[in-house]
Amino acid sequence: MHNKSVAELSRELESGQVSSVELTQQLLDRINQEDGKYNSFITVTDEQALADARAADEQRAAGNATPWTGVPFAHKDIFCTNGVRTTCGSKMLANFVPPYDATVTANFRSAGAVCLGKTNMDEFAMGSSTESSYFGATTNPWGLSQSEKRVPGGSSGGSAAAVAARLVPAATATDTGGSIRQPAALCGVTGLKPTYGRVSRYGMIAFASSLDQGGAMARTAEDNALMLNVMAGFDPKDSTSIDREVPDYTATLNEPLKGLKIGLPKEYFSDQLSPAMEQQVRDAVKEYEKLGATVKEVSLPNAKLAIAAYYVIAPAEASANLSRFDGVRYGYRCEDPKDLMDLYTRTRAEGFGAEVKRRILVGTYALSAGYFDAYYLKAQKVRRLIQQDFINAFKEVDVLMSPTTPSPAFIQGEKTNDPVTMYLEDVFTIAINLAGIPAMSVPAGFVDGLPVGLQMIGDYFSEARLLNAAHKFQQVTDWHQREPQ
Amino acid sequence: MTISRKDIEKVAVLARIRVDEEQVSALEKDLGNILDLVDQLGAADTDAVEPMAHPLDAVQRLRADEVTESNQRESFQAIAPSTENGLYLVPRVIE
Repeated sequence: MHNKSVAELSRELESGQVSSVELTQQLLDRINQEDGKYNSFITVTDEQALADARAADEQRAAGNATPWTGVPFAHKDIFCTNGVRTTCGSKMLANFVPPYDATVTANFRSAGAVCLGKTNMDEFAMGSSTESSYFGATTNPWGLSQSEKRVPGGSSGGSAAAVAARLVPAATATDTGGSIRQPAALCGVTGLKPTYGRVSRYGMIAFASSLDQGGAMARTAEDNALMLNVMAGFDPKDSTSIDREVPDYTATLNEPLKGLKIGLPKEYFSDQLSPAMEQQVRDAVKEYEKLGATVKEVSLPNAKLAIAAYYVIAPAEASANLSRFDGVRYGYRCEDPKDLMDLYTRTRAEGFGAEVKRRILVGTYALSAGYFDAYYLKAQKVRRLIQQDFINAFKEVDVLMSPTTPSPAFIQGEKTNDPVTMYLEDVFTIAINLAGIPAMSVPAGFVDGLPVGLQMIGDYFSEARLLNAAHKFQQVTDWHQREPQ
Repeated sequence: MTISRKDIEKVAVLARIRVDEEQVSALEKDLGNILDLVDQLGAADTDAVEPMAHPLDAVQRLRADEVTESNQRESFQAIAPSTENGLYLVPRVIE
């Protein structure tokens, strides 16, 4: 049962082969037995999940089911869940129980989905390895037989590991610089970062507001489509949400790919990429040619500036967003503050971890008097140059393909002492967030027994096309069905 | 671009994060490395480029000036570290 997709489980619930209560109990048992190896969950909501499953079974019996009614899944612990602790991987929010639901949470709730718990993540989504969580690192289910454990990627490493380990068929995630695609690639699952503004950010704890985007993680592209059907849509509570019709993303999954024009950005096939990784990605592109696609090389000349622009914009916005954590209204508060300044500075010094503090300090510096033009304004200009590269590329091709990461999952602890080395992990994913376009990571092979991700990048609001391309690939390959041993 | 000990102390005050004396040198190195990374931006010619704040150049929506939220003070203050009579408590500011 734990190997089944959302689509399969939905059909079995509909035909009455299984009840949501049975399914939910099985997966909860599996989480409680297996997750000690991975630490992919921060909170497991057994009682609430079973109550929701009973309600879902009643809904089905009454004939009021959606495709999600009774289907178990998990939320990244960045989405506020009314009455359920939401930590964002931080000591600052270790005891925070939100009095409201994020829009994404509310959408899954009204679709009847059953949330089994909240998944682990890098603190405040700042990281590429899920090692900076206050609740301990998550371990990649792949490579467990090797002598050293591997990271699952990050920041949505808990969601990726939980889906890869078959603890849940699907989980929500967020992506600010690669935090859906990179962990999806490293854990061998399928992930989608939608167009900026496609999914509401309301109640999704903010990191860098002009880049943050909620999205999907599951084993198949079809399940990603089912997730986006629930998640996407205009929300007046998010001032940057886009008011635009939401298609049924499952309706076009089987469209033929004949004539699809694929561009390979030459900057993403550079010497940063290991030859073995490159081979897997090029083999995947060949599968697309067999499906009728044509391939040409394109150029993104400003892509090399993406990491530099990102490490101004993201920390600057983070420093502003995280100023709300002051020990006054909610969250952590230091013991016995002697005055107001002591309350602020000690609460924040004790409540935030090292990487979060580094980024707040960099961002504060970049925004401080005398530096704003040189850093933030300059980075915003470079951001437009990067966007223009993609706009030009999409005049020639329908979709861009590249590796998601330069190498497979690295060993835990390998990059924690050097922030800049960790930042380079997102070299192929970051430009997409700066441009605000959608992208996916799809399992496309293995190197040394570790999964390789194929990144597919589309023009604004082309999620249906990306999901279609990913689904057709998954009809002729079985990389996405491989299970970690 | 290097960042000095004094810069770090100043930024820590602006960011309201206490930085202990023994953490300063490590921060000097880490922040210096991050600023070296972002200094690549200087190489880009951006003279005629408009800064980009939103990928779709969307602007802030306005809504009618109507009350839409109900008062939920009690549930919001239930999760606060310290309150009294509907007020948030902080250390004394005025002697």
